[in-house]
Amino acid sequence: MSLAEKYPQEIQKIFAKYPPEQKRSAVMPLLYLAQREEGFITKGAMEEIAGMLGIKVTEVAEIVGFYTLYHDEKAGKYRMQVCTDLPCALRGADKFIEELCGNLGVKVGETTEDGLVTVEAVMCLAACDKAPMLQTQGSDGINYHENMTVDKTLELIEALKKSVA
Amino acid sequence: MAHIILRHRDIPELNTLPVYQRNGGFAAFKKAVTGMKPEEVTAVVKNSGLRGRGGAGFPTGMKWGFMDNNNWPHYVVANADESEPGTFKDREIMEGNPFQFLEGVAIASYAVGANAAYVYLRGEFWQVAAFLDQKIEEMEQAGFLGDKLFGTDYSLRIYTHLGAGAYICGEETALLESIEGKRGQPRLRPPFPPSFGLYGKPTVVNNVETLTNVPLILENDADWYKSLGTADSAGVKVFSLSGRVKKPGNYELPFGTTFRELIYTHGGGIIDDRPVKGIMAAGASSSIIVADEKALDTPMDYASVRTLGGDLGSASVIVLDDTIGIDWVVNKTIHFFKHESCGKCTPCREGNYWMQHLTERIHSGQGDASDVELLNSVARQMQGKCLCALGEFATMAVVTGIERFPEDFSVKTRV
Ligand SMILES: Cc1cc2nc3c(=O)[nH]c(=O)nc-3n(C[C@H](O)[C@H](O)[C@H](O)COP(=O)(O)O)c2cc1C
Ligand code: SF4
Ligand code: FES
Repeated sequence: MSLAEKYPQEIQKIFAKYPPEQKRSAVMPLLYLAQREEGFITKGAMEEIAGMLGIKVTEVAEIVGFYTLYHDEKAGKYRMQVCTDLPCALRGADKFIEELCGNLGVKVGETTEDGLVTVEAVMCLAACDKAPMLQTQGSDGINYHENMTVDKTLELIEALKKSVA
Repeated sequence: MAHIILRHRDIPELNTLPVYQRNGGFAAFKKAVTGMKPEEVTAVVKNSGLRGRGGAGFPTGMKWGFMDNNNWPHYVVANADESEPGTFKDREIMEGNPFQFLEGVAIASYAVGANAAYVYLRGEFWQVAAFLDQKIEEMEQAGFLGDKLFGTDYSLRIYTHLGAGAYICGEETALLESIEGKRGQPRLRPPFPPSFGLYGKPTVVNNVETLTNVPLILENDADWYKSLGTADSAGVKVFSLSGRVKKPGNYELPFGTTFRELIYTHGGGIIDDRPVKGIMAAGASSSIIVADEKALDTPMDYASVRTLGGDLGSASVIVLDDTIGIDWVVNKTIHFFKHESCGKCTPCREGNYWMQHLTERIHSGQGDASDVELLNSVARQMQGKCLCALGEFATMAVVTGIERFPEDFSVKTRV
């Protein structure tokens, strides 16, 4: 199904935010819409968005490539993005991600065998006073998890497992 | 003292409309729209001494006064990109005190004649954006946003726009490009946004915290605000304190509070009571200040921090203690800037690539003295040659780290 068929109301709301002659501004919110189902943006969705905005597919692809929260490849159901930037690292984030990976049997950037979780190291998420912290990015959006321990994170993963089962 | 920005810490449920209204909410906006000329509003903000909280400290009223009145429509954009490592104040403001922030956006819009305003949030603030959308809707229903406000001809709408993970979009012209649906790469400046901004139209870009000051300034007048803080830096600031302190967090304090008071009285001192070694006052973009007695007793205002060879910037104070090697710090900051360089200009793109290569070598103990020298020279060659300030920011910790903490670079390197 096309985005236009699936999300008519959402699309209308997005276009209402910008002046009618500035349709291109809608590209970022439309890409979020396209990413909702599968967790990544398909070639087909990019073509449809380009059509809606009257721009080239390569221009849409350029946007996907530039911004780190858009993905054009399938990953685990959830991206578990641990902040390892300076302020968090001063409060144990490097050790945290190492132990977490050890527990899950993956390296940073890899996905667990069951395809549920991809562990990634990311830059500051504006929660530096609550380190170690991470965000989960999935089809239901982005959620923050602050003041984490490895045990709490493993519990979180169990809960995610149940929610998709 | 009662809070001015983090007022939700004093008033429970301030993020609900009835409570906000009961505490004087939207009185300032109404007073402006129904009883003041736009230029009168700008004059009050100018006289208050309010300076931008996004990092550069530019006088806010003066910026509003730069709007080109021969080119319409006008826009206001609130910068909620908040991506500087060590900065986490705007998120607390938007979650705890959203209406005061939105009222600030509304007053700024009236002052510059804008009928549409955008709040640009970093993509990770997805839930904050949904929360603000809900608050905006409540304001529309209560008659604080929409057409013909308070029975006048003035109309205003506020929209949120989500970024998608790119630090550079905090730079105001990259941010505007991003709203226009392009890659977030900085524009050549001048022209500055008040003459050529969103869609080529005059635009004021202000930080969330800057705007959140505005309603109370209008309500209590400029002199009240000026009486807080120092002659150089009026008012209060939300300091984001992070790193090796016992109690990291946001602390709203008058400008001119000393580093010592922030770190020891509010932050509870250093973890395990170790000695403090260095202070980065403006997040990862900072010079590293040697935390000696003199530095600790220095008042935190724009001018005083400069006398320490630092910058207050967005007041994201990262504290380093004696367990931390500055070579490791610099490796972290360069990792960040290498990742976030937008690649538009060569000195920044290539410079960060080489700096990362060198900081990694040095930090892992494989470097020698010539690597440190080369790192220093790459950083110095970047300075003054980059299109936007990110390139400059990247060099700050490197250059000051090597200069002020040479022992941390010689321990690791073999001659
Ligand atoms: C690389 C870079 C990143 C920036 N990030 C932010 C940011 O996250 N938030 C912000 O308000 N200002 C940021 N700024 C500053 C903005 O360009 C701009 O000066 C500011 O939003 C103006 O608002 P103010 O006058 O109220 O401070 C950044 C600047 C640069 C060069
Ligand atoms: S200095 Fe860096 S971030 Fe700024 S425009 Fe040049 S490449 Fe982009
Ligand atoms: S450094 Fe991790 S949230 Fe800021």
